[in-house]
Amino acid sequence: MTILVDIKKNLGNFKLNVQFEARDEILALLGASGCGKSMTLKCIAGIVKPDEGVIVVNGSTLFDSKKGINLTPQKRNVGLLFQNYALFPNMTVEENIMAVLTRVKKAKDAPARFRSLCERFYITGLERHYPAQLSGGQQQRVALARIMASDPSIIMLDEPLSALDSYLRWQLELELIQMLEDFPATTLYVSHNRDEVFRICDRVCAMSAGHAEKVCSTEELFEKPSSLAAAFLSGCKNYSRIETRGQDVVFAKDWGIELLCAERVPANAAYIGVRAHFIAPVRAGEGQNIVPCRVLRVMQDVFSTIIMLLPQGAAPGGNDYAKIRMEIPKEEAKGIREGDTVSVKIQPRDIMLLKR
Amino acid sequence: MDWFPLYNSLRVASISTFITFFLGIFAAHYIAKTPRLLKGVLDVILTLPMVLPPTVVGFFLLKTIGPLGPVGSWVLEHWGFKMTMTWYSAIFATTIVTFPLMYRTVRGAFESFDTTLLYSGQTLGLSNTFLFWRVIMPNCKQGILAGTVLAFARALGEYGATTMVTGYIPGRTATISTTVYQLWREGNDALAYKWVFVNLAISFVVLVTVNMLENRYTRPKGRGQQNSLTGEV
Repeated sequence: MTILVDIKKNLGNFKLNVQFEARDEILALLGASGCGKSMTLKCIAGIVKPDEGVIVVNGSTLFDSKKGINLTPQKRNVGLLFQNYALFPNMTVEENIMAVLTRVKKAKDAPARFRSLCERFYITGLERHYPAQLSGGQQQRVALARIMASDPSIIMLDEPLSALDSYLRWQLELELIQMLEDFPATTLYVSHNRDEVFRICDRVCAMSAGHAEKVCSTEELFEKPSSLAAAFLSGCKNYSRIETRGQDVVFAKDWGIELLCAERVPANAAYIGVRAHFIAPVRAGEGQNIVPCRVLRVMQDVFSTIIMLLPQGAAPGGNDYAKIRMEIPKEEAKGIREGDTVSVKIQPRDIMLLKR
Repeated sequence: MDWFPLYNSLRVASISTFITFFLGIFAAHYIAKTPRLLKGVLDVILTLPMVLPPTVVGFFLLKTIGPLGPVGSWVLEHWGFKMTMTWYSAIFATTIVTFPLMYRTVRGAFESFDTTLLYSGQTLGLSNTFLFWRVIMPNCKQGILAGTVLAFARALGEYGATTMVTGYIPGRTATISTTVYQLWREGNDALAYKWVFVNLAISFVVLVTVNMLENRYTRPKGRGQQNSLTGEV
């Protein structure tokens, strides 16, 4: 089971340009809202027509602009779970699922298949309920059961957890992971939440402004993102533009300091990124990879303290990149006040070299 | 008291509402899908009868279906009946005048319909016909009913265009509204009052119905709420 997507679509000042391939796995499309993730799913489902490109699922072509192939959504056999679950509000749970079993699948054993779906998705006892009478979790299970009733060759989930509050969300995430484990074929999982993607998905395709990055494993995205956009999506907070000064030495232009890196600087590296919780205060005022800073602001988070710093070498009136965000345990932050001078160390192994 | 005007008004309004019901839904459904520019043009043309003075609609109608008009003369010549000055002439007038009410109300309902329901149905493999009749129509039910009731009320009260194409023939083309005007001209206030009260009663019922439909339409659907159709919780 595979999916191959290579599509382009021009939407005025927004250009969608996405290529990826997925196997029997959970592939995440990770990106900020408005980056084209949902549009990509709609193109695969046949709701939106791309300007050019190909979409192939399990060897059958769903869309090919050169050959003039554009199957209707009904013929694509692609399951799409909408963020609001899109259950028909005028039908009961049973009617919602039976509509697919009897009208689409024309199953002789529809009632028996309905029973087994109810058991598999824990909706037994809810058959006569209308969607408005169900909780968010129940609606999600019914929507998944309805999709599975249509025997899709792949399934796509469009931000399935983002409309929920954090407690309910965790419950549903656990349920969702369990149900996805039972589905053997390709699953595309759209989300803007990096933590969720890290927990649920095998590989990830980072998207920004309609453009898709190269697919990589989730570990790779979080440990060694290759581009500025990917680092952003992985949650990295601190960036500086760089100038290469040696084989493994860069000058961080926004921070006004030379830094030693743990690896050779690639020719196309244009930025460095450092995660907020890898930066730590040190006693010594000077030395290798030590940045003297002024404390701009101290903020208490739930389990840590966030300290905003301005490197002393930063150009006056510097831009947003110049500020460094440091997250440290609360005990270590005791005694640090706004206006103090603090030196912080950036370990060479924590510096991520990023291309544009 | 001769009840013919009530019977005739109800007959004309029912038939024209029946026609408008299908025409309005058909137009709303297909125009919602047309490109923006065409949609704008068609929208203006179809809504025009709502803002034009009814006498202007009547004038155009007379010029078209009158015995000398292109349609009227053809029908008279080939099928041998007159399209004006009969009871059914009022149907032509009221259908045109009520059409925009139905069309616009239904279009509003279609536009506020959650399209993800349609898309999810399509990706599940359900046919567009099934989705139209079993998903779109039931979920736009209140809007469609409200449009129908409004169209019916407007048809009952239509005067301007109707009087121009049917005239006033007691026992043949008289409707409630044309009767009230005629009675006032004759100075028969007592009878005119009776018909005015009949009219008030009908309008009252219609408006209460519309309000009830609109309240149901806008009432939020909470979790665990009692189902209004089946009474199930």
